[in-house]
Amino acid sequence: MVRRGTAITALGLVALAGVYVLALGYTPIEARQGAAQKIFYLHVPAAWCALMAFSLVGICGGLYLWLKDARLDRFAASSAEVGVAFAVIMLTTGPIWAKPIWGTWWTWDARLTLTLFLFFLFIGYLALRAAVHDPSERARFSAVVGILGLLLVPFIHLSVYLFRTLHPQPIVLKPSAPSLPPEMLQTLLISLLVFTVLYIGLVTVRYGLALAEDEWEGRADAA
Amino acid sequence: MLETLRLALAIAGKDIRAELRSRTALLSAVVFAALVLVVFNFARDPTALAAVDLAPSVLWVTFALASMVALNRAFTIEGENGALDGLLLAPVPRSAVFLGKLLANLAFVGTVEAVTLPLFVLFFNVDLSRALPGIVGVTALATVGFVAVGTIFSAMAVRTRFAELMLPVLLLPFMVPPLIGAVQVTARLLAGRPLSEMLGWLRLLALYDVVFVTLSLMVFAAVVDE
Repeated sequence: MVRRGTAITALGLVALAGVYVLALGYTPIEARQGAAQKIFYLHVPAAWCALMAFSLVGICGGLYLWLKDARLDRFAASSAEVGVAFAVIMLTTGPIWAKPIWGTWWTWDARLTLTLFLFFLFIGYLALRAAVHDPSERARFSAVVGILGLLLVPFIHLSVYLFRTLHPQPIVLKPSAPSLPPEMLQTLLISLLVFTVLYIGLVTVRYGLALAEDEWEGRADAA
Repeated sequence: MLETLRLALAIAGKDIRAELRSRTALLSAVVFAALVLVVFNFARDPTALAAVDLAPSVLWVTFALASMVALNRAFTIEGENGALDGLLLAPVPRSAVFLGKLLANLAFVGTVEAVTLPLFVLFFNVDLSRALPGIVGVTALATVGFVAVGTIFSAMAVRTRFAELMLPVLLLPFMVPPLIGAVQVTARLLAGRPLSEMLGWLRLLALYDVVFVTLSLMVFAAVVDE
């Protein structure tokens, strides 16, 4: 499991180098933002992976309370840890882009606030896991936090959205056709794919480690 | 349904009686709220910022912090002498246990808020005569939802290491939507704005209550049952 995950991650990293080449050489320079716009090819896929990771934590939590399958809990824990990594990429690339373009590192815009709280929820989730000793209790508690967190996200978005929003509006998933030059769109989609591969690889490694840990704990308890 | 409510009231009554006999937690939560208000007073420059501009935020941050202190208590008292096991062994549905704890917590947080409000008027010289019914209403509306989530987290936090730290880390993100809504409504109430300007926020607060009370009721069994 760990070996397979490592292989997928390595593949993802090589492909990521390809994304860098595409982003720097293939895509045109954006007319108004200049080179700063290039960060888009990392920021958006990282945000996508963080959101996906967190949604899966919540969904697996719900399924766990229903099915009580240890694999779901292990997957949720792995997804949360990898999600934190992607959330960190998102939260660092964002301000780096925002400083030259918006003139400020941070603003309390709806999406920024939302993702920041997503990050806090991840951290709370992982802190809780670390603070509960009993495995079944840990699984139940974290499943509850996962579900509640998933339902909190729309509320945070809605309440912050009632303020004015600064974040660039959706340009790919919007009702009319994507308003990007084809080179940019292709690079973004490739980058999304590469980040998803990285997510899968990292979660597989982490899942394999969790499995080994559980087995070792089980053996230690039996002995 | 009525039976569940009766049992819930019995459990809430037990909590409230126990609290009234010792009064330590209630008293410290009230003192804590008063201290937060005092600290806030020194955190602003009175010549630069009128008290009324800052009032809604001060009130709600104080409410949020005091609630946190109050909620920490909810299941710590059940931890002593295995009281929680006794409660769970009683032939009572889990929903009644949750509702009972929720009602007791609401009474507790409500009392802290009821004492904080006059202190806030006193310290910040805010005229509440017209806005008072509205403020009481929005306080109730905003409090129910996060106390429901807080009851769940408090039940979890007592079983963890660093319980006092775990509760705020988990609960504060959940306080954000009710807090934003309540601050907005309070500001409009203090400014004497018409109801139509608050309706969106009030709907959001009501929706939050419905979603999180229902959800907390559903997941409570998963938290306490082995």
